[in-house]
Amino acid sequence: MTPVARWPIWAMLWKEFVQMRRDRFTLAMMIGIPMIQIALFGYAIQTEVRHLPMVVVDESRSPQSRALIRALTSTGYFDLEAHLEDREEVRRWVERGDAAAAVIIPPDFAKDLKRRREATAQVIIDAADPLSPSAAIAASGQIAALQTRQMVVQAAGPQGLPSVDVRVRPWYNPALKSSVYIVPGIIGVLLSMTMVIVASIAVVRERERGTLEQLIVTPINKTSLMLGKIVPFLVVGYVQMTVILLVGRLLFGVPISGSLVDLYLGALPFIVASLGVGLLVSTAVTTQAQAMQLGFFYLLPNILLSGFMFPRAAMPEPAQWIGAALPLTYFLLVLRGILLKGVDLGTLAPEVATLTGFSVVLIALAVRRFNKRIDG
Amino acid sequence: MSGLGVEAHGLRKAFGSAVAVAGLDLAVKWGEIFGLLGPNGSGKTTTIRMLTGLLEPSGGQARVVDIDVVASPERVRARIGYMSQRFGFYEDLTIEENIRFYGGVYGLTRRERRERIPQQLTRYRLDQRRKQLAGTLSGGWKQRLALACATVHRPDLVFLDEPTAGVDPASRQLFWNLIREDAAEGITVIVTTHYMDEAERCDRLAFLSRGHLIGVGTPAEITERFGLPTIEAVFIELQRRDDAELGLLA
Repeated sequence: MTPVARWPIWAMLWKEFVQMRRDRFTLAMMIGIPMIQIALFGYAIQTEVRHLPMVVVDESRSPQSRALIRALTSTGYFDLEAHLEDREEVRRWVERGDAAAAVIIPPDFAKDLKRRREATAQVIIDAADPLSPSAAIAASGQIAALQTRQMVVQAAGPQGLPSVDVRVRPWYNPALKSSVYIVPGIIGVLLSMTMVIVASIAVVRERERGTLEQLIVTPINKTSLMLGKIVPFLVVGYVQMTVILLVGRLLFGVPISGSLVDLYLGALPFIVASLGVGLLVSTAVTTQAQAMQLGFFYLLPNILLSGFMFPRAAMPEPAQWIGAALPLTYFLLVLRGILLKGVDLGTLAPEVATLTGFSVVLIALAVRRFNKRIDG
Repeated sequence: MSGLGVEAHGLRKAFGSAVAVAGLDLAVKWGEIFGLLGPNGSGKTTTIRMLTGLLEPSGGQARVVDIDVVASPERVRARIGYMSQRFGFYEDLTIEENIRFYGGVYGLTRRERRERIPQQLTRYRLDQRRKQLAGTLSGGWKQRLALACATVHRPDLVFLDEPTAGVDPASRQLFWNLIREDAAEGITVIVTTHYMDEAERCDRLAFLSRGHLIGVGTPAEITERFGLPTIEAVFIELQRRDDAELGLLA
């Protein structure tokens, strides 16, 4: 006797979609929250510094020095505010906060260049500015205590020509716009949070309302029941991802360097794994409030240890181990690889394989732990 | 069909040190309406939950629709219906959608459902409001919808756990007429209740008190055995003994 055909899971899916369609508020939240999050994260977290007000003390007054100043302002990092006469005045500008950077070009700058000697100019940055990333200051250890940071700009044309080679040292991570870096991460963080919470709440809500008890008394098998509950959220996950990609592209110019198909395929095991975590949570809690709490608790290590905000390489080993146990850690590599570097899915096979492993194990664990009884 | 609708021997359930059901022997015949009576906390719901496989018994055996419910709960579930105190349908689905959903979950094919849904709507007088969300229904309608969901797959036996609690007399009357119709078609009905007029409508009754079975029989046999005029009087007497025992312990 086979009382359970393929039907029960279709009935579950159909029911979930009907319920989802009626729950306009939750539906709006599913779309609205990613938009708000991305606007907040994208605008608020700007680690790159641009348009620092800059003053100049040009003691050289030569074509070479003017070329250097032009080269600096044309990078977009500095806006030229004023030409000053002496170095003491620089201090006053910086202390008032009217200038965040200053360039001091010594009198023999041009002369050194002409003699094909190393010519030096001094660039002073106000590192007390909260915008200055602490990583940049730490990197310049010996001057971290100072209020100003000096940076050597070397300008030496091979033939002493006015074409001055300005090399800005890598402070403030200048090559990267932070929103471009952060938006792909937001896709991952947001998906982990919403997928875990919606999956756990979807099951726990049925438990609270007494409908789970009713379902348990039907002959539907555990796997159909669990899959029927979570598959609809795959769609929600993809919708959220699409919203973030669109907004990220429109507002922040986040590139999609690789293939969208690769991205959507690579997201599948991650979304399933996150839903699996949600199902696991649902087998451990009895109320929706508990499910929410555990969901947010899960969010924290994801933000801190996955490499979303801080590079994992810089973390102490135990923190790295925890990070290695989070699906998001691998998904971030997939996201950034495809979106920013244009890598194809084949190159990301190890990450995708790990994520697939996570999803299979998590779903299997959740189904195993779920008991078709009410006494646990 | 051979055997009995429900057959339990020494069925027992303990939650920690609290014994909810203490060694119950039950035999429910096919096609009868069997009432489980007893004050709150006497073990009625726990018994039904063990018989539906929702709770694992701490001891004893139970066969439901002639199948061992502990060993093969899913085979039992395919052939029984269950209406819990909380009804268990979805408030954000309509009447019709709820019946369709449970039909699907019980494995009815599309064609079976197409035939069965209108039947259930008509039979349980749900036609007029079939497009109404279940959450907006009044008590009597909710109760009939729960029964329609529990019987959509033509079960051989249904468990009704306090189905008429908090429902007006006219709705209770209609509900019992429907149960009678079901029984007349051969469905075995096991029902728990607090209402004595409902108890009198059962073919046979089992009185539970503090997890023990203290009397089984037709309503007439029960009143006779206790030498009391009505089932209600028996109930009150049992409740009094319970309280006395508690008072003794206190």
